[in-house]
Amino acid sequence: MSFAGGAGMSANQLLVAEISAERQRRSRRWRLAFLATWAVIVAGLVLFILVTVNVDTAFLQQTIPFILAGVPITLFLAVTSIFFATILAALGALGRLSRNPYLNGIASFYVSFFRGTPLLLQILFIYLALPQAGIVLPAVPTAIVALSLNYGSYMTEVFRSGIEAVPHGQTEAAQSLGMTSRTTFRRIIAPQAFRIVTPAVGNDFISMIKDSSLASVVGVQEILWRAQTAGRPSFQSMQTLLVAAFIYWVLTILFSLFQNRLERRMATGDRVSSRRP
Amino acid sequence: MTGGAAPTRIDHVIDPAERPGHLVKPGAEPIVKASAIEKNFDDNHVLRGCSMTVYPGETVTILGRSGSGKSTFLRCLNFLEEPTAGVVDIAGVVVEADPLRQNRDRDTTARIRQLRLRAGMLFQEFNLFPHLTVLGNLIEAPVHVKGMHKKEATELAETYLAKVGLSEKRDEYPSRLSGGQRQRVAIARALTMEPEVLLFDEPTSALDPSLVGEVLKVMESLAHEGRTMIVVTHEMAFAREAADRVYFMDEGQFVEIGPPEQVISNPRDERTRTFLKRFLHGGGADRGPAAAEPVASEDSPGVPGVPGSSGSIELDV
Repeated sequence: MSFAGGAGMSANQLLVAEISAERQRRSRRWRLAFLATWAVIVAGLVLFILVTVNVDTAFLQQTIPFILAGVPITLFLAVTSIFFATILAALGALGRLSRNPYLNGIASFYVSFFRGTPLLLQILFIYLALPQAGIVLPAVPTAIVALSLNYGSYMTEVFRSGIEAVPHGQTEAAQSLGMTSRTTFRRIIAPQAFRIVTPAVGNDFISMIKDSSLASVVGVQEILWRAQTAGRPSFQSMQTLLVAAFIYWVLTILFSLFQNRLERRMATGDRVSSRRP
Repeated sequence: MTGGAAPTRIDHVIDPAERPGHLVKPGAEPIVKASAIEKNFDDNHVLRGCSMTVYPGETVTILGRSGSGKSTFLRCLNFLEEPTAGVVDIAGVVVEADPLRQNRDRDTTARIRQLRLRAGMLFQEFNLFPHLTVLGNLIEAPVHVKGMHKKEATELAETYLAKVGLSEKRDEYPSRLSGGQRQRVAIARALTMEPEVLLFDEPTSALDPSLVGEVLKVMESLAHEGRTMIVVTHEMAFAREAADRVYFMDEGQFVEIGPPEQVISNPRDERTRTFLKRFLHGGGADRGPAAAEPVASEDSPGVPGVPGSSGSIELDV
């Protein structure tokens, strides 16, 4: 028994204090190593760029604002498309779960076709091929339609499995309380399925921000189009594409942070099902 | 299973209306009439003509081995399971089985809903709505099914919440409740719809043994206040003390029906005896089954007769 603790701590208290101090030291060391790794990688990249490229500051001062002006367009594409994709996915999921053979057939064809063909092809098809059939869409609506249909087909399956993930006992409880199928879905199943799919929708939105760059091929003046346009004439694509990459990266990081907060807020109430433990 | 005794169709031999429980007033009309319920799951003939008659205020328990069809029968009563054949009549709402109606016609759908409004159901797994608070669970159906005002529904809900002794949990989410508390909330939720009959599907089987008592206490008090209850359970003590009549089921048929002192303490049917022997051997039963012989476990050795310390015996595989 020592009095080294000063404030009259018992041996056990001293031990606990020592353990927690050691834990803190270790976790500090871990974080230091982690950050150091990042720093080394980033420094390496910066060095590589400085060595291989003549950084033209005057050029960059001109082009960065030009590329940044694509941010609102990129975000507009992503937000609008995720909105329509969500609606399509909700309808698609209902169709996939429907006992009606016609609705189910339509929904499963939709998923199969739009998941089974490349997004880039879909964009080009709407922009270049549909005019032959007399349907002419400008570039921005083309991108929105293609992104919505494509993401809607993926999200249909996400929504469907989200709905199916709600335990069957929930339906039985609701129905034995006299709820109609519609009320059961609206009041009991959908809210729980919504919580289940939120993280997946967030991930899809992050993908969407990046995939909206495919709209550049039909001339939508979003981030990538601007980076290409600015870099190509003077062979300075290394700088403009890196700027574009950096912008996309920052956008996705910002949204991930937002997504984490959203998910934490949605976790109030609970996700624990009343299934047998 | 039972020693090679060929299962005979005896639903026509035992008239369930023959011996109503002692609480039933003479001349009372039955509130539940289930006639010749059959249920097949593909080739598996689970219910082989089960009939049941329950009078207002009666508590009826259904006993039987796991897998004998007890729960299926209960679920057929409110059409959570569509019977293959038979008729259910609860408080004047009559629904006939029609296994071929896939998309039920409007009239049948409406009548099944009426049936369910008259028969509240409790589940083994409680099935509380996890995204709603306790109060939200209770008022959901009154508001969205009956079209009750939220304020009115809340008052009603609070009365029943007090009845199960959980008023202070009103604003909690189900995940923060113990199993026993969850089942009591589920009971209050069923009561808030003011059904005429309560169906209990093994309400304590998913519970930790130490939590069974609080749920049984609530159920007993409901039985004593004269609610009509049909209870599928393995709780012998409850069946003996709270039930007016016991239906014993074996291989999809009710083989013995009568007051608990007869069915549990003095069973006439060989199959009932075998079941009880396994079940009550070594404890629990203050008056052991009449033909008390050493445990005969030649069939289904996987189902041990677990002697319960406080009458809470479980037989679930």
